[in-house]
Amino acid sequence: MNTHAQLATYNFAYLDEQTKRMIRRAILKAIAIPGYQVPFASREMPMPYGWGTGGVQVTASVLGPDDTLKVIDQGADDTTNAVSIRAFFQKVANVAVTTSTAEATIIQTRHRIPEETLKEGQILVYQVPIPEPLRFLEPRETETRKMHALEEYGLMHVKLYEDIAKNGHIATTYAYPVKVEGRYVMDPSPTPKFDNPKMHRSEALQLFGAGREKRIYAVPPYTDVVSLDFEDHPFEIQKFDEPCALCGARNVYLDEVILNDKGGRMFVCSDTDHCEKRRAEGHVGHLAGEAPETAQ
Amino acid sequence: MATPLVVSEVAKSFTMHLRDGIRLPVVENVSFSVAAGECAVLGGPSGIGKSSILKMLYGNYSVDTGQVLITHNDVTVDIASADPRSVLTIRRDVVGYVSQFLRTVPRVAAVDVVAEPLLAKGVAHEEARDCAGDLLARLNLPERLWSLPPATFSGGEQQRVNIARGFITDHPLLLLDEPTASLDAANRAVVVDLIRAKKEAGTALLGIFHDQDVREAVADRIIDVSLFSAPKEAA
Amino acid sequence: MSDHPLLRVNAVTKFYGARVGCRDVSFELWPGEVLAVVGESGSGKTTLLNAISTRLLPTSGTVEYRMRDGQFRDLYRMGEAERRFLMRTDWGFVHQNPADGLRMTVSAGANVGERLMAIGDRHYGNIRDTASQWLGRVEIDTDRIDDQPRDFSGGMRQRLQIARNLVTGPRLVFMDEPTGGLDVSVQARLLDLVRGLVNDLGLAAIVVTHDLAVARLLSHRMMVMKDGNVIEHGLTDRVLDDPREPYTQLLVSSILQV
Repeated sequence: MNTHAQLATYNFAYLDEQTKRMIRRAILKAIAIPGYQVPFASREMPMPYGWGTGGVQVTASVLGPDDTLKVIDQGADDTTNAVSIRAFFQKVANVAVTTSTAEATIIQTRHRIPEETLKEGQILVYQVPIPEPLRFLEPRETETRKMHALEEYGLMHVKLYEDIAKNGHIATTYAYPVKVEGRYVMDPSPTPKFDNPKMHRSEALQLFGAGREKRIYAVPPYTDVVSLDFEDHPFEIQKFDEPCALCGARNVYLDEVILNDKGGRMFVCSDTDHCEKRRAEGHVGHLAGEAPETAQ
Repeated sequence: MATPLVVSEVAKSFTMHLRDGIRLPVVENVSFSVAAGECAVLGGPSGIGKSSILKMLYGNYSVDTGQVLITHNDVTVDIASADPRSVLTIRRDVVGYVSQFLRTVPRVAAVDVVAEPLLAKGVAHEEARDCAGDLLARLNLPERLWSLPPATFSGGEQQRVNIARGFITDHPLLLLDEPTASLDAANRAVVVDLIRAKKEAGTALLGIFHDQDVREAVADRIIDVSLFSAPKEAA
Repeated sequence: MSDHPLLRVNAVTKFYGARVGCRDVSFELWPGEVLAVVGESGSGKTTLLNAISTRLLPTSGTVEYRMRDGQFRDLYRMGEAERRFLMRTDWGFVHQNPADGLRMTVSAGANVGERLMAIGDRHYGNIRDTASQWLGRVEIDTDRIDDQPRDFSGGMRQRLQIARNLVTGPRLVFMDEPTGGLDVSVQARLLDLVRGLVNDLGLAAIVVTHDLAVARLLSHRMMVMKDGNVIEHGLTDRVLDDPREPYTQLLVSSILQV
């Protein structure tokens, strides 16, 4: 009851109940219309825009006392944004937190989808900076809404066309547009396109919150999520030449880590939980054991 | 066979709104007809309204009163009251017109200017250009000019392009407004031959020829336009 | 020529408050026919164009279009989705300012290809080939296919806008002062190009212009507008060579002779 005393000035999970109900209604609508951007009355949060205010509001609205929360930023549990949001919910909701993907019931993320396949019952909450995939081609909100309503998505392919014309291939590597359940084109937020296939028919519920833009959208479990492409330039995910330097994992998304100022570098799992779990299971990468010393 | 052209009680005047609305009568009670295979010539002094009559028959000038009946394939159309679309169809299929001056279109080659009426009737491009070339050759237009736009041609050269364009089709009625005005004797003779060939093919021709030799060579009949002169009003 | 008009405009009227935009305009347009609407600035010709092309809701009157299935449909009783689909497949709209009709920050190829992608073309190579052919048709070097229109001259932009509109094989094209703002030599080239395309493709077009030379060169038929009313309407060469109305005579007599 000690913690309860600390919480006296806050409602559970910071937001008042009316606000949570308002956001839940928006979430329900978003689930009912997969990929459609539902406007909601985004609140001021005790953190700046760009720090995940949309994701935090969504998490606050779906979070219950029995949930176990995991927060990642760039796949890592220990980066500033992840640490501060995790601490925020520990303080205002007193929920259990974890870094383990499998143990979490709610995962708030900024850039990545965990490597470990999500299961039924889990909720993945994305922090979204710019929800409108058509924005950079059509600046008028009135027009983009109309285009969504009338399913006029030729413009999305114009963007991909430009990519191929300039680079010889589709060079968009993140925020790669997808079509949800054959209807709405959706921006998966700044996740790398490497993660796009994980959204397709995922068992977990995926919720997207954009605080500054005041939009919520969702991909319910088992929903088709198809990345846009051309017949002669099909969608492809990034491929990495070498495995994770620490755990030896292949077919995972890797981050480049600079080791020293002499050009030394290594590629390691962006998903820190996944990497640690593999190392605990005895998997060893070619730099495992050396890296910490060199880094120091 | 129906008479291709019947003009009945046609009157025409111009109202000059910019000059206090004065009305300039041109012709009235114009009545004549032209039969197939005949070349009728409009006669009379300059300014009497000969060109105006041709322009009315072509739908280029409006008609105040009266009828201009053009019959083709047993269908008779009154040009004086026809809608623009019918007039365009008549021009495409029935009435050809050689004006005094060629209205040039920028960047279009002489041979294509000539071929255009055939293309409009659906003749294939190559065939139309071949026909155009034959006619231009017959009118002694140097071949090096064929691929150039006629805007920079001399008056005589332009006139020959104009004649070729008018004669290229098998329109059953042909209107000729001084087609030989700026031609030399040799080319005038070619035009006379072309007109005779049209007559033999059963074309009805109506023309204005100031050149007496040409007129005598082709005319079956002179229609005296001064008989249609409208009484001048006091201005 | 077809036995049915493509477009039936019936008593279209547009008021801006108490002010008349255009009043009681009726006409029919047939396939392959080019109609010029001429008049001075403020005469209502652009209002009329917008009211016919579903860009501006008329105060009263109907506009019916013969769809590809042969049925006439009232444009203002159609759903918006269908209307917009019609506009980007069966219609074209060429703006006076090419920047209004182009995406200035995407390449020429994508500008031409956009309509193809909008109707579901998903083969990059084919889209690019078609775009390239169309650039050729409007006399733009095909090696400019990846350049953005903001690097193009005014005449090139206007030609690009035309290619972008024609790529889906529309049956009806609206043009609002297509040669306005271009140098005279550039105008002549554009006019000749448009004239050729209209003939080759059998397009019907409504061209709004204040330039009687443009009307003479492009159109079969002409409407003269003044103060929102159509004051004279007829075959283009008839209206220009034998103008009946005082205002038309004034317009025709105001042309500079070269």
